[in-house]
Amino acid sequence: MKRALLLTLFALCVHAEDKKKLPAGRADLAAGKKLFENQCGLCHGPAGEGGKGPVLAKSRLGRAPDDNALINIISGGIRGTEMPGADSMSDKEVRQTAAYVRSLGKATPEAVPGNPALGAELYRGKGGCTSCHAINGEGGVSGPALTSIGARRSAAYLRAALVTPESAVPDNYLLVTAAPKSGPPTTGRRINEDSFSIQLLDNKGRVHSFWKSELADLTKQPRKSPMPSYKAAFSDAELTDLVSYLASLKEDK
Amino acid sequence: MKLLLPFITPLLLAQINVPYDRILNADKEPGNWLSYSRNYSGQRYSPLDQINSTNVGRLRLAWMSQADEMDTVQTSPIVVDGVMFITKPPNIVEALDARTGRSLWTYRRDIPNPNDFRGCCGKPNRGVAILGDTIYYGSIDAHLVALDARTGAVRWDVTMADPKLGYSGTGAPLAVKDKIIAGIAGGEFGVRGFIDAYDAKTGKRVWRFNTVPDKGEPGNESWAGESWKTGSATTWITGVYDPASNTLFWGTGNPGPDWNGDGRAGDNLYSDSLLALDPDTGRKKWHFQYTPHDVNDWDSTQTPILADGLFQGQPRKMVTLANRNGFYYSLDRETGKFIAGQPFVKQTWASGLDEAGRPMRLPNTTPTSEGNLLWPSLGGGSNWYSSTYSPQTTYYYVNVKEQGALYIKGSAEFKAGAFFNGGGQRRYDGEVPYGAVRALDIATGERKWEFRLHSPSHAGLMATAGGLVFGSNTTSFFALDAKSGALLWRFEAGGGISANPVTYLSDGRQYVAIAARHTLLVFSLD
Repeated sequence: MKRALLLTLFALCVHAEDKKKLPAGRADLAAGKKLFENQCGLCHGPAGEGGKGPVLAKSRLGRAPDDNALINIISGGIRGTEMPGADSMSDKEVRQTAAYVRSLGKATPEAVPGNPALGAELYRGKGGCTSCHAINGEGGVSGPALTSIGARRSAAYLRAALVTPESAVPDNYLLVTAAPKSGPPTTGRRINEDSFSIQLLDNKGRVHSFWKSELADLTKQPRKSPMPSYKAAFSDAELTDLVSYLASLKEDK
Repeated sequence: MKLLLPFITPLLLAQINVPYDRILNADKEPGNWLSYSRNYSGQRYSPLDQINSTNVGRLRLAWMSQADEMDTVQTSPIVVDGVMFITKPPNIVEALDARTGRSLWTYRRDIPNPNDFRGCCGKPNRGVAILGDTIYYGSIDAHLVALDARTGAVRWDVTMADPKLGYSGTGAPLAVKDKIIAGIAGGEFGVRGFIDAYDAKTGKRVWRFNTVPDKGEPGNESWAGESWKTGSATTWITGVYDPASNTLFWGTGNPGPDWNGDGRAGDNLYSDSLLALDPDTGRKKWHFQYTPHDVNDWDSTQTPILADGLFQGQPRKMVTLANRNGFYYSLDRETGKFIAGQPFVKQTWASGLDEAGRPMRLPNTTPTSEGNLLWPSLGGGSNWYSSTYSPQTTYYYVNVKEQGALYIKGSAEFKAGAFFNGGGQRRYDGEVPYGAVRALDIATGERKWEFRLHSPSHAGLMATAGGLVFGSNTTSFFALDAKSGALLWRFEAGGGISANPVTYLSDGRQYVAIAARHTLLVFSLD
């Protein structure tokens, strides 16, 4: 009983600590702004408008419903995503950055223009996107999966990716051609590699594994994308619709 | 080779007794691995040659030992007369039958209140020391514990430092004469580093060398104001001992805070240094500072190597090190004077070393709030894991990282027991990072060969008289030809390797051991 009471008291104390407010002073926000611009803005945009990383200038952040969650994400990153932890920030700097991120949320985010339903038709039809990309496990596998791509990339970034695909090659995407000493060469995306072997996924979804000692040549094409530009294939309005569809893909099913 | 083993095997633990003479003469019993680096030289070279360049392709897994905790096993085993002593996370010492892998005893140490534990980087531990019939363990909660080698029962337990301030034990202690020498970790918390010596029988502390000198002591003037009080310079990897000159050599870590040097103008002695101490008294004979006023977290704690070799045709007694700062150094181990040195990886922060071996730092090479691109990264050109030296080839072998980083300066306010870093680094992949095993001339650091690795490694090397160098890269464990660097054998361990290999005999059969992620793997010929 006594133990239970102690635990309750402990929990209350922890809770009180959790509720500690983020710093709100002008100097703290200025420090947070500088930290944000230097370390977060590269992906999230200098004003949190989004880019390679999600838009942060909005009132509700899906992964950070409360300040504690936001602090944990800034300091520890999000496992299994491109979001790293800010190892270089002190606790105080993390709190200043979090306060600045919350201040960004006071602005009203711009709505994404376009018709998502028309965009979905273009995605499946004229664009032929499903041959390489999958959404919720449906579609090709040679390109990155697009499930929840709208939660991870800004609309402007998605549009740029459609027009100049090589400006938006994901960090972990590498196109490789492996030529065995005997047999035809294979091109595909790298799925794993170490000093001794490499594994590729070709555009038909087949896995190939090679010992490096058995290769005559191994060519890597960093920042190269096999995706064509859709600048000529789509009208401006069609691109807007397609982007609005992609931007609407926010949740894993 | 001793052939007594088959007769004493049934007795195993009852026989364990390793007086100082045995450690001093470790080369007379190459089937055992009696201290962290096998013998006092730090060479991590084994005279065993049953497994050699002609048959290493037949090396197969013999047994494994797994940890329960999801933290990386970094232990470097001790092996004595058929018994292996290892450490495992979170705070465990275990004795195993070195032939079958079966457990003989386990010492589990609770951390009474998890909130009392700090630690920068998980709960790593790199092994134990043995002296007589006692095992010595530097615990994650900064105690030094003496265990009965037969049962794991505690003989004594002393507090080295307060874990709530950030101190922890992660390195293997070193037994010298009748003393146990132990270092300490905690350099990310603004602690004050030290090297301790304890009476092996009683646990009474005989001396302490503070790696940051006190007010009024020589070296204190190398710290602005009161910054020495939070100067770190911890000692988290095992040093070496030269019996001929009765000198203990021990490396020290980064000054605190790591990446923001604004508040600690000066060279910050004895951070990032090699200390030569009298093991009887703890008195300093000399010191050599590799990175004065470090702002890149380039600890210099890795185990140095004592080797005799020729420099410009003259025989020299050297202490050598491929430093985290990207330079290889050979020093005269009697005087501490610089002999030679050069970069062993790409480095962009210094124009070179001057005649005394001091780096000549280039302008605009300190961390900034935007991030300043420099090579090597804070992981260093190499790191805490073992380099090795083979008297057969006279090469120094090092597992290198070719990797740059954007160094960031942040703010640092000291609060006891909290991180005191002042920044860090951001990854830079503009030049694709890679690793390599490199063979260097022992005196000059000139490169003889390299075996290129797909990514930078974080694991140690071991050379053997079988003409081999064992090493690791991410999840692979491999053997190279020591003369040419050719790959002779490899094994996919399925988990990241961040440990040093050892080798030993049991029942006259040679085994090679390496820890990989949560597992200790032990190999022998099929």
